[in-house]
Amino acid sequence: MKKLLLATAATALMAGSASAQEIKIGIILGFTGPLESITPSMAAGAELAIEEINEAGTLLDGANVTSVRADSTCIDASAATAAAERLITSENVNAIMGADCSGVTGAILQNVARPNGVVMISPSATSPGLSTAEDDGLFFRTAPSDARQGVVMTEVLMDRGINSVAVTYTNNDYGKGLADAFEASFVEAGGTVTINASHEDGKADYSSEVASLASAGGDVLVVAGYTDQGGKGIIQASLDSGAFDTFVLPDGMVGQQLVDDIGSGLDGSFGQYPGTDSAGAEMFQELAAAAGFEGTSAFAPESYDAAALILLAMQKAGSTASADFKDHVMDVANAPGEEIFPGELAKAIEILKAGGDIDYVGATAVELIGGGESAGNYREIEIKDGEIETVNFR
Amino acid sequence: MDLLNAFITLANFVIVPAIAYGSQLALGALGVTLIYGILRFSNFAHGDTMAFGTMITILITWLFQSWGLSLGVFPTALLALPFGIAGCALFVLMTDRAVYRFYRVQKAKPVILVIVSMGVMFIMNGVVRFIIGPDDHAFGDGERFIISARTFREMTGLQEGLAIRTSTGITVITAIIVVAILFWFLNKTRTGKSMRAYSDNEDLALLSGINPERVVMVTWIIVAALATVAGTLYGLDKSFKAFTYFQLLLPIFASAIVGGLGSPVGAIAGGFIIAFSEVLVTYAWKKVLVYALPDGIGPDGLAQLLSTDYKFAVSFLILLIVLLFRPTGLFKGKSV
Repeated sequence: MKKLLLATAATALMAGSASAQEIKIGIILGFTGPLESITPSMAAGAELAIEEINEAGTLLDGANVTSVRADSTCIDASAATAAAERLITSENVNAIMGADCSGVTGAILQNVARPNGVVMISPSATSPGLSTAEDDGLFFRTAPSDARQGVVMTEVLMDRGINSVAVTYTNNDYGKGLADAFEASFVEAGGTVTINASHEDGKADYSSEVASLASAGGDVLVVAGYTDQGGKGIIQASLDSGAFDTFVLPDGMVGQQLVDDIGSGLDGSFGQYPGTDSAGAEMFQELAAAAGFEGTSAFAPESYDAAALILLAMQKAGSTASADFKDHVMDVANAPGEEIFPGELAKAIEILKAGGDIDYVGATAVELIGGGESAGNYREIEIKDGEIETVNFR
Repeated sequence: MDLLNAFITLANFVIVPAIAYGSQLALGALGVTLIYGILRFSNFAHGDTMAFGTMITILITWLFQSWGLSLGVFPTALLALPFGIAGCALFVLMTDRAVYRFYRVQKAKPVILVIVSMGVMFIMNGVVRFIIGPDDHAFGDGERFIISARTFREMTGLQEGLAIRTSTGITVITAIIVVAILFWFLNKTRTGKSMRAYSDNEDLALLSGINPERVVMVTWIIVAALATVAGTLYGLDKSFKAFTYFQLLLPIFASAIVGGLGSPVGAIAGGFIIAFSEVLVTYAWKKVLVYALPDGIGPDGLAQLLSTDYKFAVSFLILLIVLLFRPTGLFKGKSV
């Protein structure tokens, strides 16, 4: 009996070492649910990085990387947890690229990734709450926290000499997280937030919300909402009643449709949304076009970077075990080292093999800060004559 | 000067919006109250009847716009309104024929008709979304302002501006005209009198030779007209979205019940009471108080009783208080 057990164990070990050249990456995104329109491009972005590595064939002495997709649903934490559980227990993935929405990402991190000790890198979870979540060093994200946007927005306002603002946000995790982060950083910088009030989406009439905002006063109105929802209603009602004429527009509010709908009233308003002037963005778009998907689709570049970081960290650690390579994700992402752009993953592997250092720039100018989240690059925009113009990068 | 500024602020953010909203609610509540008074049930489908009438008006407006027809400074929708009313009347008459008549012949209890009207509500809701979609539609055109905040400031030299939108002006004027016609019709014409007689006592009315089917038909046509006008004005003033019309049901019923179900005067009073309380209770008084009070005494806080999120809660609360202490409403309608 003992012999049999030993033999079995030995076989298992053999099997284990034989398949060490097989690396599996779980791609868990909301293929159904509110994000179903952008997740296909996100997955394609991640798979593009995997394909690039496979073509080079040099990773960890010729390991072959495969990917397995799973559905996070974006909103259903228990379904997402079950999907991630399946990836780890039955598919034996080495790392997870995902999840997408902040809520399910937190659930998978706590219920699956941490108990099993598997690294996960999210391309799109932006909730500030994830910055402080317990993660045993396993969780990273190539998307910036909304707390970072709060800081950037503060800088934009301060540089324009505005230090008294009213804030209204759409009543959900995104709106509240962003509004609170902004208020904290703006007050710290010496500004005054006269009111920080929520609005509900999907109403016809926002005149009473605007009445409160107007009563509180402020030089400009920060609208942390959505272009086709309450955010638009608030701006229209403010212009109609003469309550505010200049608006600050965070990422959810930057859209040509809004500018077209509101018209000249929006001229002079400004804001910011994630974006970079790094050459990597353009290179990624070319690669994406060649692979047949939309490279400008939201969070597709971040997905490419997330997958690339996982694989490069594995190379740096010389191991596919999460416990080994989790400490190397920050190394490969940040300086010092040679800058690596999209399409240069093979070169990165060569440098790492030679014992050199790399600074992965990728499609989104990745720079991981804090507990492993993107520092975030923002495009400062201003509305001029009905056009959204980029005036600065931050 | 400061007192004047305080008043202008109040007028701009409270009085003008509340008058417009109150007129829209009053027209809606009139429809509810007429059905309750004459057909004797609470019509839950009223919000969606408004949505249906408005939808027809919007479709016709788009048609006119594509033809290049317009009313100059006035919104084209006013031109399309009669067609909207006709379409809506046709639709509710068909509904009456197909659904309500069956229960009326059986002399079904009012509570059954209420449930039936909920079914009709869901179907209408679906029909509207199916035809025009669940999205927002802004269909106002023409001159946007009678007077804009900026013009007002420049004209008067005051710090505060007062904006009056064209849609607000049209809402109030149309509401006055419609109400005047309705009261004249109910009080002076033969058909109006027979409707009131039917409402007071069905059996006596039948004995005196009033044709009940005709009364029912006329009632539905008037209700469709009121609903379409109310819905179109609301849509012009705010924006059209099927779901928000469904949500309007609550303040409309609150208005009708507060005023006294079955009482047209009550419906109008109720509409304004609900509108003003919704706006006043959730208004942040800071700016007005800072202007009105002597320097230094004005509040630092917002001086806001309830956050604007609780707007609907205010209508609920008034509804509860009235039902508890005066179930027949302020103007002695029928008890609910």
